[in-house]
Amino acid sequence: MHLDSKTPSGPLHEKWDKARFDLKLVNPANKRKFDIIVVGTGLAGASASASLAELGYNVKTFCIQDSPRRAHSIAAQGGINASKNYSNDGDSVRRLFYDTIKGGDFRAREANVFRLAQVSGSIIDQCVAQGVPFARDYGGLLANRSFGGAQVSRTFYARGQTGQQLLIGAYSALMRQVSAGKVELLPRREMLDLVMVKGRARGIVTRNLVDGKIESHSAHAVVLCTGGYGNLFFLSTNAMASNVSASYKCFKKGAFFANPCFTQIHPTCIPVHGKYQSKLTLMSESLRNDGRVWVPKNPGDSRPPSQIPESERDYYLERRYPSFGNLVPRDVASRNAKDQCGLDKGVGETGFAVYLDFANAINRDGHAAIEKKYGNLFAMYDKITGDNPYENPMMIYPAVHYTMGGLWVDYNLMSTVDGLFVLGEANFSDHGANRLGASALMQGLADGYFIIPYTMGGYLAENSFDDVSAEQAEFSDAAKQAKEKIQKLLNVNGKRTVDDFHRELGNVMWENCGMSRKNSDLEKALGQISSLREEFWQNVKTPGTGAEFNQSLERAGRVADFMELGELMVKDALSRQESCGCHFNEDFQTDDNEALRNDKDFCFVSAWEYKGKDKEPELNKEPLVFENVELTQRSYK
Amino acid sequence: MTKNISVTLIVWRQANSSDKGKFETHQLTDISKDMSFLEMLDVLNEELTTKGADPVAFDHDCREGICGMCGTVVNGRAHGPNKGTTLCQLHMRTFNDGETIVVEPFRARPFTVLKDLAVDRSSLDEIIMAGGYISANTGGAADANAILVPQDAADEAFESAACIGCGACVAACPNASAMLFTAAKISHLALLPQGKPESAKRAASMVKKMDELGFGNCGNEAECEAECPKEISITNIARLNREFFKSKFLSDE
Repeated sequence: MHLDSKTPSGPLHEKWDKARFDLKLVNPANKRKFDIIVVGTGLAGASASASLAELGYNVKTFCIQDSPRRAHSIAAQGGINASKNYSNDGDSVRRLFYDTIKGGDFRAREANVFRLAQVSGSIIDQCVAQGVPFARDYGGLLANRSFGGAQVSRTFYARGQTGQQLLIGAYSALMRQVSAGKVELLPRREMLDLVMVKGRARGIVTRNLVDGKIESHSAHAVVLCTGGYGNLFFLSTNAMASNVSASYKCFKKGAFFANPCFTQIHPTCIPVHGKYQSKLTLMSESLRNDGRVWVPKNPGDSRPPSQIPESERDYYLERRYPSFGNLVPRDVASRNAKDQCGLDKGVGETGFAVYLDFANAINRDGHAAIEKKYGNLFAMYDKITGDNPYENPMMIYPAVHYTMGGLWVDYNLMSTVDGLFVLGEANFSDHGANRLGASALMQGLADGYFIIPYTMGGYLAENSFDDVSAEQAEFSDAAKQAKEKIQKLLNVNGKRTVDDFHRELGNVMWENCGMSRKNSDLEKALGQISSLREEFWQNVKTPGTGAEFNQSLERAGRVADFMELGELMVKDALSRQESCGCHFNEDFQTDDNEALRNDKDFCFVSAWEYKGKDKEPELNKEPLVFENVELTQRSYK
Repeated sequence: MTKNISVTLIVWRQANSSDKGKFETHQLTDISKDMSFLEMLDVLNEELTTKGADPVAFDHDCREGICGMCGTVVNGRAHGPNKGTTLCQLHMRTFNDGETIVVEPFRARPFTVLKDLAVDRSSLDEIIMAGGYISANTGGAADANAILVPQDAADEAFESAACIGCGACVAACPNASAMLFTAAKISHLALLPQGKPESAKRAASMVKKMDELGFGNCGNEAECEAECPKEISITNIARLNREFFKSKFLSDE
């Protein structure tokens, strides 16, 4: 199938302007005649719901938690990028665009990324107007910092809780529209399927997580804002409820899944400490602005850090990347940590950790200054590990954090299914093979506040719509299938718990399709996932019934989909016979052990098409054309 | 120092909101002190599931202390004994070997128990709906630096805005008042120039909604402040009162 990205013609900086002009408008009086379903209430979902409702559309918004304010955007710590150039240090729309394209190792679509950089400034304006308490300088102007590999200070932040503050802003805008009657809010709902009528997305089937009722909802369009699928790895920094099911159901209904193997491993997380561990906690990489990463020079050195003299420490990021030092991009920092541990220089009880040391910064700036910047992060570290990072260096290790892959979307953020739009982390669009720090919040809000309000209007104005009701056959069929799937899970009544399967799946993926990959491991993983999935359907134990509050059943459904997605990720990784960004295939590396891209053969987006149960998914390619940047080997030396 | 401990867990079980509910006792052995409290509940649930019993339902999501979804009463205290700590950030190293731990849901008239330890806190969302926002539609905002906010005002607003909406303040209050929650939002917005135009109206409307929903009145016991995992100060309540009185003086009604 030919993938039409619908990228507007013309010079890069005029494309979005042109698109906005070319998109038809819905008459203000007609907007109330259109119903839009938004699934998810993170930054993308909440901002989209609020903005669409403000325009006059009828919005139905669903979230899996008890309140839209819980969505996992809330946990983002470090900040949000914008090309305001308030710091007067050389930033511009073009530089933010270039950094994002380069950071993504040239595997993102130019036009989308440029638009993201263009609207980034408006996001900050909007958030300030909503009362987001960003950090300020003494004069009352907004403060900026450099973040995660950027050489300009373009990151706006609210201590270490930027995601929380931005989400509360979007949530309050959403609740204002709920109060105005323009948004109907349905919390504690899980989307079980997408409903298609005459080839278009016209609604969804949900499960009420309190009483188990299967419900159908119709609309003129569906906006999926359901986040990423990092939880496939069992241990990740994602919230416990983060899952792929909504996206995966859409994949089965014809939405292509793009670059599924692009998974970001975040370098600064608290190391794993035991088998019972349920999730990993990220320490904002803003810490790398002041913390220095090191390991002992000598393998097997088990002395406590305070007893290792300066001369026997290896500040390996500063040594290997003199110009970026501790601020190299996430994938580079993560891989280096893994390599050091592989050389038996890892620290801590398990040997799977490196130090992040603040002693220099505390000596230089004083305890109070460091506390002001990172107080809550230090407190969190202390709470989790029982260790005081003001006195001892932190221990960190990489963990699965974000998925750049997601449902394929065109320039208008519409998937290959007509009427199904995908926003935020759930789509694949802007980060290529690696996301820069402080760019996820930017993308979620760009999609929700400033892109979907225009592109949704275009879709609704350009098409004519039959009347559809949630009572018609397409809905009852989908609801029936959803019920059967639930019953099938409950009927297995085997011996192993859902979490037990999930943990094993996660381990297979982490070992073989994680920070670095190689063809032989990937081949092996395919077989392991397939047999694990087979066992799952014969031996999983899901207690209780479908007609009640049943958290085991919720997890079982999600893990069932992870089992299938895992295979797709591995196939995607195998098909991409190069290294790029997060996708580091050991068979393709430079002499310096950096990712070796193959632009001649792999400069495309992999968009996977579902072909039916037990059939091989088909790989479609959207070629990436770079007219405004030169493809270079990333170098952070 | 031993890394692992045994505990006796007395946990509230309630099938649904109409069930009467009761306590159930479980022995847990070999619990690592590095486990979080919720991971200890995970271990219990794995055991229950394997035995064919019904696992304990409890709300949780981010497990890093920021989403506000988790929360139960542990040994009589919302989110357990540690100051400034959500339940997910409470670790088993806080407890002694052989200790008995009583776990109950947050209890308040506006919080219905859905199952076991999970409660419905949508009433807090309703309070926000009554005015916990600045009416700024997408698109019309001026340049972000057009509004100067003195650093101390921004910092103070941030302190109030740190509320995670977990409901511990309500659970801790003898009157089940949501004053700290409501006050934190009113303060956050009233402290910023952007929030001033609506601040009196906001205070009147949110307080009215809080009363309607059946939350009690503030008795100045300060239990809310003591249990708040984000250590939101009760000076916010004083600020709420100021805004509320202002709204009464300025009201045309």
